[in-house]
Formats: sequence, C-alpha cells, structure tokens
Amino acid sequence: MEVHILTLCYLIASVTFILGLKMLSNPATARRGNLVAAAGMTIAILGTIFLYKDDDGNRLHNYAWIFGGLIIGAVIGTLAAKKVKMTAMPEMVSLFNGMGGACAALISVVEFNHLAHGLSADATMEEAAGFFATVDKTMLLIILLGLIIGSISFAGSMVAWGKLNGKVKDFSFKGQHMLNNILFLVIIGLSGYILIASPQQTVLFFYIIVVLSLLYGVFFVMPIGGADMPVVISLLNSFTGVAAACGGFLYDNKVMLTGGILVGAAGTLLTILMCKAMNRSLMNVLIGSFGGGGAAAGAAQQSAGGGTYKEITLSDAAMVMSYANKVMIVPGYGLAVAQAQHVCHELEKVLEAKGVEVKYAIHPVAGRMPGHMNVLLAEADVSYEKLLEMEQANEEFKSTDVVLILGANDVVNPAAKSDPASPIYGMPILEVEEAKTVIVNKRSMKPGYAGIENQLFFQPKTSMLFGDAKKALQDLLAEIKNV
Amino acid sequence: MNNILPWISEHQQMIYIVILMIFVGIEVIGRVPSVLHTPLMSGANAIHGVVIIGAIIVMGKAEDHNYIAIILGFLAVVLGTLNVVGGFVVTDRMLEMFKKKK
Repeated sequence: MEVHILTLCYLIASVTFILGLKMLSNPATARRGNLVAAAGMTIAILGTIFLYKDDDGNRLHNYAWIFGGLIIGAVIGTLAAKKVKMTAMPEMVSLFNGMGGACAALISVVEFNHLAHGLSADATMEEAAGFFATVDKTMLLIILLGLIIGSISFAGSMVAWGKLNGKVKDFSFKGQHMLNNILFLVIIGLSGYILIASPQQTVLFFYIIVVLSLLYGVFFVMPIGGADMPVVISLLNSFTGVAAACGGFLYDNKVMLTGGILVGAAGTLLTILMCKAMNRSLMNVLIGSFGGGGAAAGAAQQSAGGGTYKEITLSDAAMVMSYANKVMIVPGYGLAVAQAQHVCHELEKVLEAKGVEVKYAIHPVAGRMPGHMNVLLAEADVSYEKLLEMEQANEEFKSTDVVLILGANDVVNPAAKSDPASPIYGMPILEVEEAKTVIVNKRSMKPGYAGIENQLFFQPKTSMLFGDAKKALQDLLAEIKNV
Repeated sequence: MNNILPWISEHQQMIYIVILMIFVGIEVIGRVPSVLHTPLMSGANAIHGVVIIGAIIVMGKAEDHNYIAIILGFLAVVLGTLNVVGGFVVTDRMLEMFKKKK
C-alpha cells in the first residue's frame, strides 16, 4: 500500500514540475508556477523519507542524519537566498546549481563504493579484475555518467560563481581548447576502459576520473568571458539536470528521471534562446571570444580609442533635459550596482511634471542577467508601459532629444555594428547615436564588462557625466527642480 | 548488438520517459519572453534539485559502521537541500519584483 502512495507522490511531483516550468514561462503565472513546483518537490521529499522501501522491503534508516542534513541545508539555503542582493542573484543561482552537481557526484561516489564493497581489501590483482568483470555494467555506466556530469557541473558552477562576483578573473592560455579536448577524451577513454576491460585498478581509475572531471569543469568555464556567464550557468544547469536523471536510472526512480531530463531539455533550449537574444551562437560563446581572439582586437582598439571625450556639468545636463520633448533612459549594470532605481523613477516623475516625455529603453541583456533591468525598475514602481523593448526603442531614438545612459556600456557600443574585429560584433544594440544628444553617466572611463572601448563616448554628440549613478541622479534631480 | 537490443527492451520504460520528457521540456518553455529567462533558469535550477531524493536514499541506506557512506551521504543531503530550498527561494524573490507592477 505504502509503495503505491509513494508512486502517487512521485506522479504528482512530476506533474507539478512540468506545470511549474510551463507557468514559469509566462509573466502572469510565473510566481505561482515556482510555488507549484516547490510544493511538488516537498511532497516527493517527504514521500521518500517516510514511504521508501528498497527491493528487499527495507525502510530507510539514519533519520537523524537525514533530518539534520535537511534542516542545515534549508536554513543556510533560505538565509543565503533571502539576504543576497538583487545584483548578486545570478551568482547565487550558479552556486546552488553547483551544489546540485556536487550532490549528484557524491551519490555516484557512494554507489560506486557500494558496488565495490564486495571486494575485500587484500584481494589480489586477478581477483580484483575478476570481481569488476561481474559488476552490473549498466549500473557502472550510469554511476560514471552521473559522476562525470555532476563533477563538471560543480566545478564549472564554482568558477562561474567566482567570475560573477569578481573573485576569479578571465583566464586562458595558448592551447587551452586543445587541452580541454584532450582532457575530455581521456575521461571518456578511461570510462570506456573501465566498462569494457574491467581492469584491476578500476577503483584508482574511478578517482582519477573524478579529478579529471573537476579539472575539465574548471577549464571549460575559465576562458569564457564574464559577460557570458548567464549563458554558461544555464548550460551547466541543464548538465546538472542530466546528472540528476542518472540518479533516476540508478534507483529506478521516475520523479528524478522526469525532473532531471525535463530540466536538461528545457535548460538546453533556454541556453540557446539566451544566445539568440545576444545574436551569438552557443559555439561562439563557449569558445570564448573574449579570451584568445579578443586580446588582439582589444589591443587594436586601444590605440583607436584614444580620442577625446567631453564632460557635461550637472546644471547643463539638467537644462538640456528639462527643455527636451522626449528623454529616453538607458539603464545598465551601473544603475543596479548603485541601487539608483528609485531616484531614477523620481527623476522620471519630475521631468514629466515639466511636460517632458520620459521612456526607458531596455536591452535584453542589459545588466548581468536577461530581464535584470525590468525587475529592477519594476521594484521602483516604474510603469510597465514606459519600458520599451529594443526594437521599439530603436525606432523611437530618431525622435528623441536626450538619451540618458545610466551605467550601460556594451549594449550601446556601436562597435557591435561597425567593427567585425570586435568580440561583441553582431550583437544587436540600442542605437542611441540616432538621438540628438547623448548623456552618459559612468563612474569612470573604464571599459564595460566585455572589456572593450566604446567609441560612442568619443562622439561629438555624446557628453559624459561621471559619478556613481545614485549620487549623480540625486544631484541632477536637485538641479532639474531648480530650473 | 546482441547486448544492446535486450538492454533496450529491459529499460524501455525509462527510455520512453527520457524521450518524452525531452520533448515536453522543449515544448513547455518554447515561448518564454526574454524578461523571464533568468527566473526560468533559476526555477529549473531548483527543479533539478530532485537529486536530493537520491541523496536521501543513499543516506537512509548507509550501514551504521560505514562512515564514508554516512559522511558523503550527509554531505549530499545538505548540498541537495541547498539546491532545492535556495533555488526556490531565490526564484520567488526574483518573481516578487514582477508582481508589484500591477
């Protein structure tokens, strides 16, 4: 009876995962979708703890350990997720994804030990080889798959996390891709050797595979530019999904299989969609054009980028904006870092009171994650109708008097259209140079996240307003009120 | 060949699930607007936390004297829970921002 209830629990959970994903892809139902999936997960976890029986009809034990682990994980997870700043959310997702990958890898390690348990410690070489020849090869294959994918996902996610919070710098060397490919082939080769030849040193090879997979995860993410991290995290996310599905195979557990494969497939598609939003191919992202190839292009640009820029005073900026008919605000990561969204909304209201039309131009990948700006501005109660998507905005720039860029850089870099050598060449941008005047608020002349110069700043119609976005906007607001 | 065919028959249920879920996964999120890319990634991240079920089974099966299995299993449970709980809470916080605009 209990087994049937558990089956029902898993069935419900599987359906909630599918429904949850479906609802998550629509703004109106997204939040409920997340809760639906969470409820399904809770049912599956509780069902497993209390109703699971193995093939021999034995219940689980070690309840103290299980609940201890659940409570520790839940408390830390909730606190970390609640306290994290809006700007740091993508790296948090990466961290949690890494935990999932590590979990899958650990399961494989334990199951392998279980498998190798029948082998006594002082067995001779021949006995060992004979023992591994009798092991269930399907089980061993699944264990290896879960181990390799989980380890890569864990190591890669940790690097991605480090990159996003600035602890790890972009790093690549000559022959990196060669080394990666060799590593990958060695991992596959060793696994195949274990499976087919059942060598006496199977245990040793198993742990070598662990180390190599971790290394591969590190080298896989290392050369990819920091700005591409959301794409990489999404890819690693689908990896972890597949690793979880391996667990499903291992325990003949349908809910793990369903959830894992579902995320694996949806995550892969999402990765491709994200690349499309940047008009890049997945290969292009993975090869890491910000690394090797970008260095030469970057050097060339530095010499070209030595033009002069002009600064604008606060009172001039206030004057220009107050007498404009239409002002377009282009928010970027700088706005998010300075937490200037509320001041920005304030500025919008003051300008509108003066009869100025104010709108926001949102680039799909402005900030550190797609949708970052929408979330941020929604928090400050900026009306949804005022947010223009890229295509709309590009049509309206021609009739715009002043474009105010708040800490955005790469998404307005004209090199994406004009310079084939640029690493961001081909990415659709906000064509702000169509407007009459461009005011750029930045903290300094330092290049953006992609690490490349922006010719926009040196154009005659552009003027710079240096300073932290929040401080600059507050001062600007005071000046505008005085006009 | 002689090995693979029986293998497929034996595991056909699993293989069916895998194939169907690949199509469901792709179909279900096919029309997502770019605004929701990140919350969707985060939500999917929480869902692959089902791996926690494997961790619970590993932990619950570990024999009392097998300290390696106990320690690794315990670690797996903690990490898996972090993935699930943290994942859902972060997603909820991201989506909370969307609700306000109404």
